[in-house]
Amino acid sequence: MAHSGYQQRRRRIAWILVAPALLLLALAAGWPLVRTFFFSFTNAMLDNPSEYQMVGLANYYAANGGDSRGVLVDPLWWQAVGNTLWFTVVSVGLELLFGMLLALLMNQKFRGQGLVRTAILVPWAIPTIVSAKMWGWMFHDQYGVVNDLLAKIFGYQAHLAWIAEPSLSMWAVVIADVWKTTPFMALMLLAALQLIPTDLYEAARVDGASAWQRFKRITLPLIMPAMIVALIFRIMDAMRIFDLIFVLTSNSEATMSVSGYAREQIISYQDMGVGSAASVLVFMMVAGIAACFIRVSRLNEKEKR
Amino acid sequence: MKKLTLSLITLALAGVSNAALADTLRMECPISPGGKEYCNYVKDRFEKQTSNKLEFIEFPAASDEKLALLQQLFAAKDEKAVDLFQSDTIWVGLLDKQTLDLTDAVADMKGDFFPGPWANDTVNGKVKAVPAYLDTGVLYYRKDLLEKYNEQPPKTWEDLTRIATKIQEEERKAGHKNFWGMIFQGKSYEGLTCNALEWIDSYGGGTFIDEKGNVTINNPKAAAALDMVAGWIGKIAPKGALGYKEEESRSVFQNGDALFMRNWPYAYLLSQGADSPLKGKVGVAPLPAGPDGKSANALGGWQWSINANTKNKDAAIALLKILTDADSQKMQLKYLGFAPTRSALYEDKAVLETAPHLTLFKEIFANAVPRPATATKSQYPRVSNAIFNVTFKVLNGGSDGKTAVADLEKRLERVKGKDWH
Repeated sequence: MAHSGYQQRRRRIAWILVAPALLLLALAAGWPLVRTFFFSFTNAMLDNPSEYQMVGLANYYAANGGDSRGVLVDPLWWQAVGNTLWFTVVSVGLELLFGMLLALLMNQKFRGQGLVRTAILVPWAIPTIVSAKMWGWMFHDQYGVVNDLLAKIFGYQAHLAWIAEPSLSMWAVVIADVWKTTPFMALMLLAALQLIPTDLYEAARVDGASAWQRFKRITLPLIMPAMIVALIFRIMDAMRIFDLIFVLTSNSEATMSVSGYAREQIISYQDMGVGSAASVLVFMMVAGIAACFIRVSRLNEKEKR
Repeated sequence: MKKLTLSLITLALAGVSNAALADTLRMECPISPGGKEYCNYVKDRFEKQTSNKLEFIEFPAASDEKLALLQQLFAAKDEKAVDLFQSDTIWVGLLDKQTLDLTDAVADMKGDFFPGPWANDTVNGKVKAVPAYLDTGVLYYRKDLLEKYNEQPPKTWEDLTRIATKIQEEERKAGHKNFWGMIFQGKSYEGLTCNALEWIDSYGGGTFIDEKGNVTINNPKAAAALDMVAGWIGKIAPKGALGYKEEESRSVFQNGDALFMRNWPYAYLLSQGADSPLKGKVGVAPLPAGPDGKSANALGGWQWSINANTKNKDAAIALLKILTDADSQKMQLKYLGFAPTRSALYEDKAVLETAPHLTLFKEIFANAVPRPATATKSQYPRVSNAIFNVTFKVLNGGSDGKTAVADLEKRLERVKGKDWH
């Protein structure tokens, strides 16, 4: 009995200690979320949010005879969803690949290692707005360094309009994003790599395992948890991408992301109702992906046991 | 000592007399260089003329950020936040509910201003703002190159296409590899709406939506205008123009890599700067005309509006009158370089001495065409968005003029619903 009383007290103290943090979280994250949910059921306008009517689910979907409306039947929304998913898969895929290569490289012992590790962080430290503007000029069709390099290396003088042509502009966004966030991926993976005990590799080498076998059987399984965390972070970030696209290609429908769509509804069109509905959908997409990942990684762990 | 006592007494007296009826008004002060000097000039006059005080506040420079902030201030119903502020040309309909009706107060001023901007500031017959300074699309050209190839500034778009094709070809033959005939703002943003309005209206295709609010875009002339411009892309205009805003296009022009440029008047003084390779080589003209001989220059610029919730309407109107009279407009030009909205000032000797280039702009300002913002009220951002996205699609080859204007009509009708609100 005394034992359980102690447990109870411990639990109470734990709650008291955590309470301020929880309260802060509820205020900073929970309250805006609840408000957004609430406004998504109203027809509030940004310039006068205190006067509104409840419209139920009309901002999401409303059948209105043959003419249905709402975010879910807006073709632009679905295009934004497609853009966002494409961007997420391609950019996070490339970041994982390059991040892994960089991490393996930095994990080797060589002179100037510290310098390389610091240097590699530079793109990540530059604010997105600044790097977007910078890449905007680098992609300039007349004077941009990208076209200049293409001309010098491949003799290809085409003056590609990177941020203007719909077929290229999404790639321009991906290139700028990969440049910026690969260092983050690389550092996460490097931290995991350095936790692997070196004697494992020595033992494998003694057993005659090739470099590829050592990577597949030792490195990959051991850094998997860290990799999944890094992937979750990056995917959630990529799903809500906004600033890079907005600065680089403005309101072009060819590159509009779901956050860009929500911003357009709320800020440009002053329509808090529809904009909140879109924001809620963005939230559900991001949260859904996070939940899937966590589930998958739990299943993996159970299997191992 | 005596002097000090005296001034202290005056100060005290002033304090007493002011306390009875004085208010403190808050006005937006432009953040550009020279803004402080200009605002202090206005403050001096206002405080001498009325017994009120004047304070200044600053807003973000970017138009859309400023609008978002203003909307938040209005939403918070904070009537003390600002009494007088500048609205963008396209906000007057949008901010209808938040701005004071000035119809009676400024009735006698109408004839002194350029008609285009004045019409833009009138919503449903009520004057809701007074033009502060002007901005409009103009055509820049290289005087030296036209002379070299024995050409005149183009009067029609057809002229422009022909001259641009010829000179571009010749210049490239002469070794100037990345020389282009014409550049403009083709990125999908508000600036493209202005460009599209100029092309379509000069072709006789109307202004997308007429003053009564009817959607007029679906017509063959508008389609022809869009097809003409789509024909430039990759030929006399670089594909990259589809990613240019004002500054990107100016960089190409000012670097000497283009013959013609559509831009706003601000680019003129910059092209004449000491470090500009084009010093003395740039001419300005109204934009070319369409097949029927009509030319159209999109209207831009800013307007003085009064917050509808202001506590002291009389003082705010007095301040507005000071701000928009001829003397203040001269000071505005002197300190900030902003083009006046009173037409008489374009014949004023003192003005033309400070800014000789204004003679070039007078005719252009007189013909400026407003975007369909006032009639479409709070729906204008959606209207403009539909316009620039559909135009963008034609320019990048994803659609042709005829399909585009039909598509745009459908989109605009959907935005309109039963009526503009």
